[in-house]
Amino acid sequence: MKITLKVWRQSGPKDSGGLATYELDDITEDMSFLEVLDVLNEGLITSGEEPVAFDSDCREGICGMCGLMINGSAHGPEVTTTCQLHMRSFSDGETITVEPWRADAFPVLKDLVVDRSAFDRIIQAGGFISVNTGAAPDAHAVPVPKENADKAFASAACIGCGACVAACPNASGMLFMGAKVTHLGLLPQGQPERDARVVKMVNQHDHEGFGGCTNIGECAAACPKEIPMDVISQLNKDLRTAMQHGR
Amino acid sequence: MRCVATSTLPPSIQARRTTIAMKLVMAVSGSLFVLFVIAHMYGNLKMFGGQAAYDDYAHHLRTLGEPIAPYSGVLWIIRVVLLGSVLAHIYSAFYLWSRAQGARTTKYRMKKAAAATISARFMRWGGVALLLFLIWHILQFTTRTINVNGSHDSPYDNYVAAFQPSVWWVFVIYALAMVALAMHIRHGVWSATQTLGWTGNVRARRRANTLAITLAAVVSIGFILPAVFVLFGVIK
Repeated sequence: MKITLKVWRQSGPKDSGGLATYELDDITEDMSFLEVLDVLNEGLITSGEEPVAFDSDCREGICGMCGLMINGSAHGPEVTTTCQLHMRSFSDGETITVEPWRADAFPVLKDLVVDRSAFDRIIQAGGFISVNTGAAPDAHAVPVPKENADKAFASAACIGCGACVAACPNASGMLFMGAKVTHLGLLPQGQPERDARVVKMVNQHDHEGFGGCTNIGECAAACPKEIPMDVISQLNKDLRTAMQHGR
Repeated sequence: MRCVATSTLPPSIQARRTTIAMKLVMAVSGSLFVLFVIAHMYGNLKMFGGQAAYDDYAHHLRTLGEPIAPYSGVLWIIRVVLLGSVLAHIYSAFYLWSRAQGARTTKYRMKKAAAATISARFMRWGGVALLLFLIWHILQFTTRTINVNGSHDSPYDNYVAAFQPSVWWVFVIYALAMVALAMHIRHGVWSATQTLGWTGNVRARRRANTLAITLAAVVSIGFILPAVFVLFGVIK
């Protein structure tokens, strides 16, 4: 395959950046998108140029580290992570535009790498349960209705990649936060901190500079883990309940 | 543009100081408007009942609640509630709009929409268009500051005069406004149910979307029908 890549190059946080064009003609359909970037970087290093900086880790679609805006879609044209996107999803001779996630809460560090620690701070604000450490309790010690367990598990599939923010016209992080709030809020262990959790997390989210949700649905369409808009409804409901409880 | 994220804790941690609380303000004030337009649309359908039916209805709006309430008392209460709602709706809309602008100061060179409906995309500018229409509509039919085609004592005659073919552009304004209203209701009703936390599963989401589309169609078609009949001379 022969492809043309238009890649966002930015030397550092303060650089204004711009798109650079690269031609690649030794690409096969079986390559993952990140392998194409590896090939590009090998070429750049050989010719003495600065390689393109991008994030990746497991390359199995489960860690949430990779994430690129590919041809205007978060993680590209398939519902998957960038690492699990393969070149068979593109056609020969295609021009592919690659940009970093765009959100002021996710500042660009270099090229395609953004700082997503805003998500970490949202989790630190309340996305956890407080338990005494020690031996793990028996799995069946606390009964959980099957329906809740399923939904909590599906919400826990969120890998925090940030595609929801990247795809959202408002750069809102509500799908991410909704997934966390739904995951913990549906389980018995999450109940004691349920009100405090949602209020703290949403305050942190807003403080980080993410936009508000307008229920458009771009987030759920971009989510590689197919987390539905339901979790945002649950998030809104939990915040309303917390408000009624005087939080 | 911020270069490195160096945020600490938010200054206050209160549920009512969040964007979600702001969305609740928008959902509740918008819901009041939906109830209002349904009632208003129903009232306008009395144009099909003839001059007496329509004028009686218009008069009854003023004597509503008498003798406990004074003349026009209930009407004024409704007006004040609606004015409060529109102010709350506009405030929350512009607050969230400006936040969204600030949340992505560097735009994408290429961005595709995967799920956004046309209604959702037109929500903000459509809202502004509706606000301008609302001002025009009140000046024309409530305060009667603008008289397009003569002024009459009978509300029925005023309606008929306004939608005559000779002043076709008035009809065009109202038809366009009804398209904007339909789109605003379509996304607004769905969005309100979501914001109020009523759409926690696939079935509920589908129901909310169906409700939104139905209300949008019923209200906009219900409003424009009598005007169409006047335009074509069926209602005289």
